Amino acid sequence: MSKSIQQPKSAFDAKLMKGALIDSLKKLDPRTLWRNPVMLCVEIASLITLVTFVMSLTGANKEPAWFTGSVSIWLWLTVIFSTFAEALAEGRGKARAASLRKSRTDVTAKQVEKPEFGGNFTTVGASQLRKGDLILVEANEMIAGDGDVVAGAALINESAVTGESAPVIRESGGDRSAVTGGTTVISSAIIVRITANPGETFLDRMIGLIEGAKRRKTPNEVALEILLIALTLVFLLVCANISPLSIYSVKVAGHGTPVSLTVLVALFVCLAPTTIAALLPAIGIAGMDRLFQKNVIALSGRAIEAAGDVNVLLLDKTGTITHGNRQAVAFVPVGGQNERELAEAALMASLADETPEGRSVVLLAKDKYGLSRETPKEAKVVEFSADTRLSGINLADNQYRKGASDSTIAFVKKLGCTAIPADLAEVVDRVARAGATPLVVCKDGEIFGVINLKDIVKAGIQERFLQLRSMGIKTVMITGDNPLTAAAIAAEAQVDDFLAQAKPEEKLRLIREYQEQGFMVAMTGDGTNDAPALAQADVAVAMNTGTQPAREAANIIDLDSNPTKLLDIVEVGKQILMTRGNLTTFSISNDIAKYFAIIPAALLSIYPQLGVLNVMGLASPFSAILSAVIFNAIIIPMLVPLALKGTKFRPMPAEKLLVHNLLIYGVGGMIAPFVGIKVIDMVIGMMV
Amino acid sequence: MNMHEWLQTILLFLVLLALIRPLGSFMAKVFQGECTFLSPLFVPCEKVIYRISGVNPEKEMGWKHYAGSVLLFNLVLFVGLFIMLLTQHLLPLNPQKIPAFTWQLALNTAVSFTTNTNWQAYMGEQAASYFTQMVGLAVHNFVSAATGIAIAIAVIRGFVRRKTSLLGNFWVDMTRSTLYILLPISIIGALLLVSQGVIQNFSAYKTVPLIQSTSYDKPKMDDKGNLIKDAADKPVTENVIVKEVTIPMGPVASQEAIKELGTNGGGFFNANSAHPFENPTPLSNMLEILLILLIPGALTYTFGVMVGNTRQGWMLLGVMLVVLVGCFGVLQFAESSGNPLVAKLGVQSINMEGKEVRFGMAGSNLFTVATTGTSCGAVNSMHDSLTPIGGMIPLSLILLGEIIFGGVGSGLYTMLAFAIIAVFVSGLMIGRTPEYLGKKIEVREMWMSILVILTAGVSVLILSGIAMITPQAVASMSNPGAHGLSEVLYALASMANNNGSAFAGLNANVNFYNLFGSLAMTIGRYVPAIAVLAMAGSLAEKKYIPPSLGTLPTDKAPFAIWLTLVILIVGALTFFPALALGPIVEHLTMLGGN
Repeated sequence: MSKSIQQPKSAFDAKLMKGALIDSLKKLDPRTLWRNPVMLCVEIASLITLVTFVMSLTGANKEPAWFTGSVSIWLWLTVIFSTFAEALAEGRGKARAASLRKSRTDVTAKQVEKPEFGGNFTTVGASQLRKGDLILVEANEMIAGDGDVVAGAALINESAVTGESAPVIRESGGDRSAVTGGTTVISSAIIVRITANPGETFLDRMIGLIEGAKRRKTPNEVALEILLIALTLVFLLVCANISPLSIYSVKVAGHGTPVSLTVLVALFVCLAPTTIAALLPAIGIAGMDRLFQKNVIALSGRAIEAAGDVNVLLLDKTGTITHGNRQAVAFVPVGGQNERELAEAALMASLADETPEGRSVVLLAKDKYGLSRETPKEAKVVEFSADTRLSGINLADNQYRKGASDSTIAFVKKLGCTAIPADLAEVVDRVARAGATPLVVCKDGEIFGVINLKDIVKAGIQERFLQLRSMGIKTVMITGDNPLTAAAIAAEAQVDDFLAQAKPEEKLRLIREYQEQGFMVAMTGDGTNDAPALAQADVAVAMNTGTQPAREAANIIDLDSNPTKLLDIVEVGKQILMTRGNLTTFSISNDIAKYFAIIPAALLSIYPQLGVLNVMGLASPFSAILSAVIFNAIIIPMLVPLALKGTKFRPMPAEKLLVHNLLIYGVGGMIAPFVGIKVIDMVIGMMV
Repeated sequence: MNMHEWLQTILLFLVLLALIRPLGSFMAKVFQGECTFLSPLFVPCEKVIYRISGVNPEKEMGWKHYAGSVLLFNLVLFVGLFIMLLTQHLLPLNPQKIPAFTWQLALNTAVSFTTNTNWQAYMGEQAASYFTQMVGLAVHNFVSAATGIAIAIAVIRGFVRRKTSLLGNFWVDMTRSTLYILLPISIIGALLLVSQGVIQNFSAYKTVPLIQSTSYDKPKMDDKGNLIKDAADKPVTENVIVKEVTIPMGPVASQEAIKELGTNGGGFFNANSAHPFENPTPLSNMLEILLILLIPGALTYTFGVMVGNTRQGWMLLGVMLVVLVGCFGVLQFAESSGNPLVAKLGVQSINMEGKEVRFGMAGSNLFTVATTGTSCGAVNSMHDSLTPIGGMIPLSLILLGEIIFGGVGSGLYTMLAFAIIAVFVSGLMIGRTPEYLGKKIEVREMWMSILVILTAGVSVLILSGIAMITPQAVASMSNPGAHGLSEVLYALASMANNNGSAFAGLNANVNFYNLFGSLAMTIGRYVPAIAVLAMAGSLAEKKYIPPSLGTLPTDKAPFAIWLTLVILIVGALTFFPALALGPIVEHLTMLGGN
């Protein structure tokens, strides 16, 4: 279902690579590079070796020029590999942003005064539209900006934004009224009230995010960077410390030469956590990009990482756990009422109801009883509200309502009716226990019966919840249904808990309660009444089909409007952190082998007995140091695919996962450079 | 190791482990303000102390206030001791008419005792009067240890408390540490030591005839104190027969117990715990080792009790024990293997140089790892005489940052900083924002943990670099070469990490070591202390996150192993080059037969 946008483009597409290469050179500018202090230190180190190389050429430095030259080249390459990784990660986003931009250019809009069709319009540019303006969009026209449909309904092609080629219906009223600028109306016409000023539209924000222009470092990233900078500083001091210690040792040993600047600088770069520092920006950017490939837009990196920490997941039942479009499947009369009369009352109560449920009632009444009505002119529509939880119409002398059992009872009681049919409770119960939704229908003070709205739990949802549970995430179903219906569906879907008859303030209270207990709460929602809860949740995923307020309250937007996406988001969030952690461990584990390569080589002239530390049997001091430098550099491009794809996530208990990753990246990180440096040394031996 | 030594070692650890739970839970009760069996005795004392000093024990402090109180208190103590050392000749209890300290030495010594380092660039029996020893140094032994415990308790409260900025009252914590913990245990300890023959008196030094007189060749000096040389330019000597000897006396036992218990380590005599009046028997030796490890070990249990999960404490203790026992094993192996060059001469090859036969090999080595793993710094053998690899063990234990049991209080809070770093990386590795004991580890905690664990190491790297190109610092070595480098490294590491033991073989009473050493001791004590309090302040304000399936358990073996690796790797990566040029080269040279 989720076809990706302008995809697929391999990370190593030739055009992207070329662009990235150019960008990587631009990023060498220290004014840009200072954002990555570790790599800035490496750049300074590279400059120093360039000087020692020039001094070798002029004879001021006694080290052979091939050695200082090679070290300098590989140190420069270390920096370039790092900027290249970042540029490559950004490149994919940039390509996509460019194609998005196309859909934004030079759109004109037909501005109207009133939300009515057939009036006059003035043609204005998209950039002149402001919040609150009304525009008319007809077939085959592009919608000029984000907004809400206030009149009409239309088929809309949203592929420019979502990549989904199947058109979607957008109509006034209800939760499917939001339209996005840049999408195209295929048939019919709508009037849209603009909800975002130019430059602030969804598309604008998306472009900014994808390009990485607005990317801010997440707190986790900053904390890791502090650790890396501290390690870098320590290694800088370690290398600085070797100099006087070796000067003293030369004095007392009576022979040898103090460790040279080139070697100290080379050692410093090898020891500094360059591998992780080089790939750190790419990991975050690539994570956002991976989400985007899954048609999810994260409005901040922070939101994705927070998703990795979520321990409570609040899911709207409708559309998430069940297929959503509940269908009326039967009319069950109560209190000795006639089934046909019930059908007629239900039809009247649903005439103005444009929700799928409402329409399914109309459909059922037509199919089964051959009933069909037009909405009477004088009818006053009573829209569904979260407070009354009733909808229907008022005619001149009749009021038709349908709604949840308790709200309908409350309604008829208010009209003075006390005779609630005795079998109502039993019927409602029976329907609800079966996991269906009972809607009670009344005409004025008289209850006619129950509409059985069937709700079908999505196939395979249980497995996903099981997966979540194994990751330590608790699932809570939120529904407006009565507790019985909710319990039946909750049991069938195997969620951990449910909140029935949820009103906006109750959702908000539930989230606050969980947060108070220290849980990280994620929530998916699409309706306007979800907006306050979304704003409160730590991770708020809004459906793209959702209303504008919902989308504004969220920090992640799912373009496919597929709520189980949260699993993918959690996974990407965890992947980003894991990739950072694993590469940090790998980077530091590498240092052990590098010490064994460089320290004996650097000190051999002073203390020949230190040769026993040369456990790899490297050919000469020069080739040993050069091999370590080369290994340190080429490991970066070798790990770029891992940084871009992320470490594979396995749902398993934390402790097992740690042991698993420690074995691969910790132990592996200790062993790999011993092998790598030895191989490079042998290759150098063959060349020299 | 022979049967005897095995038994001694195993018994020591069994007794230690048996004492950790009762002492640990006792300390938790004391600091949580609960009633203990000592309360009837000390609660009135506490009230009097608070009334006199104008402290409101109910008023808790935020981290800045707490840290400020620590600094103020320590500054007052420092100034007091500094003045006392400069005016020692004017003060009572000075039967030997010992003169005042020079200002450099007084500065170094005052800093040293205030910071719980107890680095001694002077000889106790020659330079310090009884008044200085008892009123100055011994009092500092108590309060510097109490300061450490108080900070550790405040840090634990940071983990325990939720959504508050308050960490407790420093004056109360300090008073309780001294009254309830240090004082009673050191009284018991002192009595036990006296039973073994440790002296406790105010007598003047005694001169006694030798049973067997000895003689030696003394170089002759002229009136100006210059050597008189003969025609061959060799010093002219005269034979001197020694018939009597001066034996220093003093109130030793009272200072000995707190010296070990508070991981202070400043000896009454220069020979420290190798001196028969400080440490007369194998039993007193084991007792002293026990006292050294007791409070740092028990604090891990206190930590466990206070955070509501004793397994968390046992995990930290486990890490400490594994490293300590591992180091003991290597030291024991290195010393038993001895020096092959000596073996070639047909002499028994185990290395007993610098060790007391009454303690034996294991008794000396156990003391060595205990005193350097903690920041105690008392010695019962000369670390300078250890084999190169043997000598690298105490040096490495100090360089790890004094966390293998560590100083009283400081060992625990430094270990917690390491745990936070370990939690951070491992938390990322399992894909979660790292959390420790239900508190999220964020930017502020990282900054502070890094300051705690790296400050001392950075000082050592910088100062040892400066030392090797400073003529005065180099000239102090008695064994120039790789061994001399180890001596300098050891001295600076010992001061920067607040250990206080000396490798010996280095004349430390010169301006370079006195002044830079004072700086290193001050930075090494207070920067981590303030940083860790700042961290506690930020932790206390956080909410508690209950553990879930996705939370990394920090009280189980995998995390303990990871924490151990982090400690060892950070240490190894920081000091490998320096160690390569010191003990490692020396060892390889020895094996090479030079």
